[in-house]
Amino acid sequence: MTPAADSGASAGPPPAVELAGVRKRFGRVEALRGITARILPGRLTGLVGPDGAGKTTLMRLLAGLMDPTEGSIRVAGCDPVTERERIHLLTGYMPQRFGLYEDLTVADNLHLFAELRGLRSADYGKVYDQLLAFTRLAPFTERLAGRLSGGMKQKLGLACALMARPQVLLLDEPGVGVDPVSRQDLWRMVRELTGEGMAVVWSTAYLDEAERCASVLLLNNGLVAYDGPPHDLTAALHDRSFLLRRPVEDRRAVLSRALDLDSVCDGVIQGGSVRLVLGRDARPDAAAALAEASGASLEPVAPRFEDAFVDLLGGHPGGGSAIARRMPPAEDLGDVTVACTDLTRRFGTFTATDRVSFQVRRGEIFGLLGPNGAGKSTTFKMLCGLLKPTSGQAQVMGLDLRAATSEAKGRLGYMAQKFSLYGLLSVGQNLEFSAGVYGLENSARRERIQEMVEAFHLAPYLDASPGELPLGFKQRLALACALMHRPPVLFLDEPTSGVDPLTRREFWSHINGLVRKGVTVLVTTHFMEEAEYCDRVALMYQARVIALDTPDALKRTAAEAGVHEPTMEDAFIHLVEQVDAGPEAAGNGGRP
Amino acid sequence: MSAPLDFRRLTALVHKESRQMWRDPATILMAFVLPIVMVLLYAYAVSLDLNQVPVGVVQETDSPAAQDLAAAFAGSHYFQVTPARDRRELEEAILGGRLRGFVVIPQDLDRRLAAAGSQPLVQVITDGSQPNTASFVENYARTVVTRWREDRGAAPPGGISLEPRFWYNPEVESRRFLLPGAIAIIMTMIGTMLTAMVVAREWERGTMEAMISTPVSVMEILIGKLLPYFTLALAATAICTLLSILAFGVPMRGSWFALLLLSSAFLVPALGQGLVISSAAKNQFVAAQLALFSGFLPSFLLSGFIFEISSMPLPIRILTYLLPARYFVASLQTVFLAGDVWSLFIPDILAMLAIGAVFLLIARAKTRKSLDT
Repeated sequence: MTPAADSGASAGPPPAVELAGVRKRFGRVEALRGITARILPGRLTGLVGPDGAGKTTLMRLLAGLMDPTEGSIRVAGCDPVTERERIHLLTGYMPQRFGLYEDLTVADNLHLFAELRGLRSADYGKVYDQLLAFTRLAPFTERLAGRLSGGMKQKLGLACALMARPQVLLLDEPGVGVDPVSRQDLWRMVRELTGEGMAVVWSTAYLDEAERCASVLLLNNGLVAYDGPPHDLTAALHDRSFLLRRPVEDRRAVLSRALDLDSVCDGVIQGGSVRLVLGRDARPDAAAALAEASGASLEPVAPRFEDAFVDLLGGHPGGGSAIARRMPPAEDLGDVTVACTDLTRRFGTFTATDRVSFQVRRGEIFGLLGPNGAGKSTTFKMLCGLLKPTSGQAQVMGLDLRAATSEAKGRLGYMAQKFSLYGLLSVGQNLEFSAGVYGLENSARRERIQEMVEAFHLAPYLDASPGELPLGFKQRLALACALMHRPPVLFLDEPTSGVDPLTRREFWSHINGLVRKGVTVLVTTHFMEEAEYCDRVALMYQARVIALDTPDALKRTAAEAGVHEPTMEDAFIHLVEQVDAGPEAAGNGGRP
Repeated sequence: MSAPLDFRRLTALVHKESRQMWRDPATILMAFVLPIVMVLLYAYAVSLDLNQVPVGVVQETDSPAAQDLAAAFAGSHYFQVTPARDRRELEEAILGGRLRGFVVIPQDLDRRLAAAGSQPLVQVITDGSQPNTASFVENYARTVVTRWREDRGAAPPGGISLEPRFWYNPEVESRRFLLPGAIAIIMTMIGTMLTAMVVAREWERGTMEAMISTPVSVMEILIGKLLPYFTLALAATAICTLLSILAFGVPMRGSWFALLLLSSAFLVPALGQGLVISSAAKNQFVAAQLALFSGFLPSFLLSGFIFEISSMPLPIRILTYLLPARYFVASLQTVFLAGDVWSLFIPDILAMLAIGAVFLLIARAKTRKSLDT
């Protein structure tokens, strides 16, 4: 199928999407602040940016579901405002949330969307078979859509959006909640479609997904931060990215010191090593000097899209943590702070966790990594004393969670997903509340709150509602509430999912500082990059821990299997495939 | 440009909605279980008939006539009588709410009887804090007196015999007019509340966003919702009607055809209102609240189902003319208790259709294929 073009006089195919000065306001908030860009047919364009950057708004404008406040849009040669009906014929749109009927079967959903999109009845049988083969959903046609795994749901959504062959395919965060194996499947399908001339727009908050796109539209705060092939952006960083491999000194201390230098623009922990990006004007030998001082071997590495994004936004916010500096060393009650043995939890006939065992040492960052539904949250809830295990034991600081729940809870800090703060309380009241909940009284309470306000620079926001805070401050507040009682163990549930890279870096600076004070940190994540910050990672898949090791060692297993320079995601896919291949795991929904 | 109404798309939508309807336990509950519960409730638990109302009878004289009249009150099944000699004895009981009123048989009863004029025989004092009961006490007290006089063979004033007769519902049994009213309530629930909620659910779950990104038109979306719930509400009506007739002896003096016509006419505004609500409320909780306040409660309180419209204050009475349930309840009671009176039905049907047309026009204008609010 070739893109329909009425007038294609200029060289090359006409753009599938043209945006000129597009603005979109919601009340006082301006979600898009002047977007001008073109999206070409026959290629995959990534619409990349952190949560709140304006991605979904732009997608909805392109799909003709909203009108821009200002500016003009043309999609496949039509104006989505005046020619809405045509736009809905020419575009396929897959919303961020699973937009299909969960109480209908896969076949019902496909049939409904074929009819709604006006697919000719004569063609239906052929297209239906093609799409089922394409999405590998053929064995599941009679299953209710609500009973599909996250990955299969996205594939079904894609199939429904593809009915009647749209010219422009708009996918809003198709990678969210999808395990890495299904995600690869989605990439494969999208590549085939662009090969046929379709314009595909894939929006994502994951910067690693951007690198797979032919072209990227990088949004930040309602503006285009970059428009072009991702490699052009990363190429500028070619001589500036280095790995300090296996420093003798504590890698977190090395990172913290490096980030305080003017010559260093960005740095993150990557397994046992430290990854640095030098500033634009830094002398090339700055990295060598750091390597020498920390006893690490220096290795130039290929720049990543995330490096470029952070560079574009002005670099890492700094490696220090005022709160960690103020904290006294965490109390030392033995080497093992959190331990669980054969932790099993069943919900009816469904086993959420199956004999999970591990031990976490004092001052360690321990990660629970896995796709949605693997059992991470259930394990976490049992360790926090929020859920009783069906069998097995869990201990925090030597206290059995069955017997001494409240005592054990007093020793742990918990930061829930998406910073669950009380929206109807002010920032100050949120702090007061968490201090009260942990039993701090009078002067101790006032002192501790004051300390948090100073360390996290919350003073100007004390009377504001948490909902009005900038993302970074929201995160600081959530962390302040979790740290109010100076817990020796900190549980973080998906702490930075959807957060922009700068906010994430600031967060990890605090965590790194706390860990150096002896605080033990447990973190769940489905975000592979976050696993690199951990000392050790337990990989969970289908209710079981399938691997437990340092990030470097996990990546090594993939490297041994022949993957070149594997990432955590490669390691994950490799290990999951081994499990699936092992005992002929049938009907698990991954791949046939 | 696609046609405003594409039959294929519409069929697909109706088909989809029907499948969902059958798979959703909440819908089945609301459409079939709830009507049965409601009918049982109105048949047994809610009764507007008063029996054995506690009243006092103050007998100020011991003449045989006075004793006979006091006995007539004591013997009436309407009243449970507390006898007294002096009205002051009963004041406290009235204040404390133990008595609903009292009847004074005056000292000069014999003189009044002899006078045979228009002078009332007894004085009735009622507790005005409960107006319905008060007027009931008053009316039945008069009935008792009239009957007593007739039994004594005294010629009634003017030589005419007055005998109260209740037409259409001779036993004055409230379930006979409550059950038809209950049907109106159930249809409001299904038509307005269920429809508003299922549309809100589509917004909540994100299915509406996927649907409006296809070439489907607003009319198709609206009609795709209307047809299945129209059918469902008629089915629920049939169940209620059969149950009322077969199990509770409510007469069906009119025709099924008239009932079908009236029900269909009422569903137009009921469903229209549901769609108007759903164009404003995009989550189920708000939709349910709006349906409750704008649909269910007015139908319950202002339709004449329980409280008589003629005894409402004028402004409220005017307001009831905007309420489709008002026309429906009145016509339904006629169909069940009186018969096919087309001269009453036709204006009612026209009124309901007119209100429905306004709702549908608003729904059509307010429902847009857009996420802009």
